[in-house]
Amino acid sequence: MQSKSHGVVHWKLQRISAIAMIPLVIWFVSSLTFSLINSYDQSIAWLQNPLNATGLVLLFGTLYFHAASGLQVVIEDYVHNEGLKIMSLILIKSLSILLGVLSILCVLKIYL
Amino acid sequence: MAEFALPKHSKIVKGIDYPIKSEAENTKKINVYRWSPDDDQNPRIDSYTIDLDQCGPMVLDALIKIKQEIDSSLTFRRSCREGICGSCSMNIDGTNTLACLKSIDDVKGDINIYPLPHMEVIKDLVPDLSKAYEQLTSIKPWLQSKSDPEKGKSRKQSPNEREKIDGLWECVLCFSCSTSCPSYWWNGDKYLGPAVLLQAYRWIADSRDENTEKRLEDLEDSFKLYRCHTIMNCTKTCPKGLNPAKAIGEIKKLQLERK
Repeated sequence: MQSKSHGVVHWKLQRISAIAMIPLVIWFVSSLTFSLINSYDQSIAWLQNPLNATGLVLLFGTLYFHAASGLQVVIEDYVHNEGLKIMSLILIKSLSILLGVLSILCVLKIYL
Repeated sequence: MAEFALPKHSKIVKGIDYPIKSEAENTKKINVYRWSPDDDQNPRIDSYTIDLDQCGPMVLDALIKIKQEIDSSLTFRRSCREGICGSCSMNIDGTNTLACLKSIDDVKGDINIYPLPHMEVIKDLVPDLSKAYEQLTSIKPWLQSKSDPEKGKSRKQSPNEREKIDGLWECVLCFSCSTSCPSYWWNGDKYLGPAVLLQAYRWIADSRDENTEKRLEDLEDSFKLYRCHTIMNCTKTCPKGLNPAKAIGEIKKLQLERK
């Protein structure tokens, strides 16, 4: 559940996901800002482009992974009751997996 | 879970005011945290006004003057009075430092003096550092080597190799850095803290030590090492101008290279 030892893996993945999100977020925000998505139909069309769908799936995957690993550190820092700590960690990991899978499936549903 | 009420005796009350008796012109008011385990009182802030023309230049000189001339019950650690022993570390004017290296002139207005933050207080300005010393022992701060040096000779080290422990060996273990670190405040029982991690890196970086791999392996722990969130208070507060945050960064870099 929590990596009591082998902290280097967690540390490394947290940084890799942070770096990966820099281009992904820039791409996503600029796509929304500068492209001509003004209506529902245009949004659907944008998502049906394989490059856009791939980018969005990657962004969601990285985002939820990064959020979960960041929140894990916050909980380990501040929650000192062992039972409550484990429960919060399970909750956060389950929620991020749930939301991550759900988001990716939504993208796929539109794409397919 | 979160504790909403502060423990008993946490509230600091106003203490005794010792005004200056002579007609000195160049005076300074020094407010000092006082707490004694011998009575059941809350901690208090006592105020001493001293004549700076009759006092040495450093905050430690002022404390010694207070102890000798005004209030002999004032308790603090001191020894070398020149920044080498690391005994007189305390929180002066909001920053952890060595009282013997802190100039009175550097503090504008009254000088507020507290013990090192977030440590158990033994008395007045004396914190309990026994846990921190235990953590220091845990990283084995001594040369570990299987090979023997040439008979009758000392272990050789090139000037380049020697340079690698500059900025590390100078640490006097005053624990100003560790006690300034919020991560050490919250998880001081498991996180080793900047002072001990700088010591750990001092031996990792030493070319004469042959136990580098084992040292790194022992440190690869999400609490012992990775509770450092590069807050940088350690480097900002170090009275010797060292950079514990960089030493921790170097350990993290070596951990990456190992895996």
